[in-house]
Amino acid sequence: MSISKDEVRHVAKLARLELSEEEIEKFSNQLSQILEHAARVQELDLENLEPLTHAVDRRNVFRSDEVKECLSREEALSNAPEREGEFFKIPPIV
Amino acid sequence: MEIIELTAVQLAQKIRSRELSSKEVVNYYAERIRSLDGEINAFITQSFDIALKQAEEVDKKIAKSEEVAPYAGVPIGIKDLIVTKGLRTTCASKILENFIPPYDGTVARKVKENGLPIMGKLNMDEFAMGSSNENSYFGPVKNPWDLQRVPGGSSGGSAAAVAAGEVPWALGSDTGGSIRQPASFCGIVGLKPTYGLVSRYGLVAFASSLDQIGPMTRNVEDAAALLEIIAGHDPFDATSLDVDLPKFTEEIKKDVKDLKIAVIKELSGEGIDEGILNCFNNTLKKLEDAGVIIEEISLPSTSYALSAYYLIAPAEASSNLARYDGVRYGYRIENAENMLELYMKSRSEGFGDEVKRRIMLGTYALSAGYYEAFYGKALKARRLIRQEYERAFETYDLLVSPTTPTVAFKLGEKVSDPLKMYLSDVCTVSANLAGLPSASVPCGLSEGFPVGFQIIGPALSDHLVLRLSKAVEDATQFELKPLKELKK
Repeated sequence: MSISKDEVRHVAKLARLELSEEEIEKFSNQLSQILEHAARVQELDLENLEPLTHAVDRRNVFRSDEVKECLSREEALSNAPEREGEFFKIPPIV
Repeated sequence: MEIIELTAVQLAQKIRSRELSSKEVVNYYAERIRSLDGEINAFITQSFDIALKQAEEVDKKIAKSEEVAPYAGVPIGIKDLIVTKGLRTTCASKILENFIPPYDGTVARKVKENGLPIMGKLNMDEFAMGSSNENSYFGPVKNPWDLQRVPGGSSGGSAAAVAAGEVPWALGSDTGGSIRQPASFCGIVGLKPTYGLVSRYGLVAFASSLDQIGPMTRNVEDAAALLEIIAGHDPFDATSLDVDLPKFTEEIKKDVKDLKIAVIKELSGEGIDEGILNCFNNTLKKLEDAGVIIEEISLPSTSYALSAYYLIAPAEASSNLARYDGVRYGYRIENAENMLELYMKSRSEGFGDEVKRRIMLGTYALSAGYYEAFYGKALKARRLIRQEYERAFETYDLLVSPTTPTVAFKLGEKVSDPLKMYLSDVCTVSANLAGLPSASVPCGLSEGFPVGFQIIGPALSDHLVLRLSKAVEDATQFELKPLKELKK
């Protein structure tokens, strides 16, 4: 199994990571190795098996729709790297 | 008796009976941390001031003969991925270096409500990704048995702090072995509870379907006591189980005679060091003498567990870690021209090497064209693994194996070879995939270093896992040497 440098570049972009040429080279080798090991799951006979996404088979845990105490605006903003008044500040979008 | 020789449960009794004050105990441990942690590096943030305040409150209540929680006054250390209101929580990452949580995670809240003074936040592999604690932005943790060796990971700080006697007990988290493997390397007891037994609210997510918080302690009774404090249903975590809990500290006193257990063949032979197998097999003999019925079972799919794990865990991580975007909290580069640059550069500068590697792996496994062949297959393998366990538990009460294939390795030995590092989780990952409770209990020494005995039980058999853990402890009479050898 081999992951090319172009594939690494593509995946990095999907993951919103900026990698140096050195990192791309390194990850291309390491990911190839790891995925080769991981690809062993393909040897198993998995016919008729449903995927198991969660160890506990629970679905739709309901609660009543009531207003309860939650973080204040100030608390929610307390770790913002940059803010303006009551808002998170980001670079211009348009 | 010196404070260091007392277990957490014994400390609690002495604090209640006023033989010791909580403040004395906190001061004693603070002093020990100050003199030992320069080398061990188990703490990312120390919070002795907060701990002393909590201790004084407990002492005041006891002085006035007011009701206090059963283990009130016994100090604790918390792995630095459980959010603590007003106390920095970093996940050992540059990206959260200055993060001050505006709320308490459920477990942190329970710790406070139970009057356990918090001594600080413990070092770990960044975002709990690693098996040696060498992936911390705040530097590696050293194993108290030998400062040249790793304490294991990712809860390496928690394990080292307990083994060095910097805290009587600690909390860790386990996604693929992150409590049990470091517990094994440091000669302490570690329990990963049944998935859903302990709330994950306020546990910074790595792989949500696998993560569980659990106790890391010097002995089994303390683990049972700490589990009683942290377990229980929480409406803030939709995966938390709403079930009646047994009294774990009572359950461990019951006899193990006629308990039927099986050794997992695939995890107890080839690939495991001989010294480990010797310790493990000696322990089995002693358990047999205590009346435990021991057989062997083959679980072929466990050989594939590591492969499935290293697809599922990174896939969930790549999704969970998408939240670190430099907008609402965490590290952000200066003067970004646009959003894409802000995301890409903040994440690339904020995350360490292993975290990037796992995000890449997960993104690849989930990407168009590869999803079915990798992530989809891994999820089906996960079903197969769980089915094999369920079938085994029709015949056996518990399953056992060594916790790790080797004893603690040297710092630097595996850092440049990620796959080799991942292989240290080979015995532990399947319990997470199947959501099962699993403990590691020290059972002897190999080459002078601790060996862990792993126990896996059916879902919600945490009390049984602890009961057999107690039998292992009684049979092996393991001595935690660094407690006495490391002097403050």
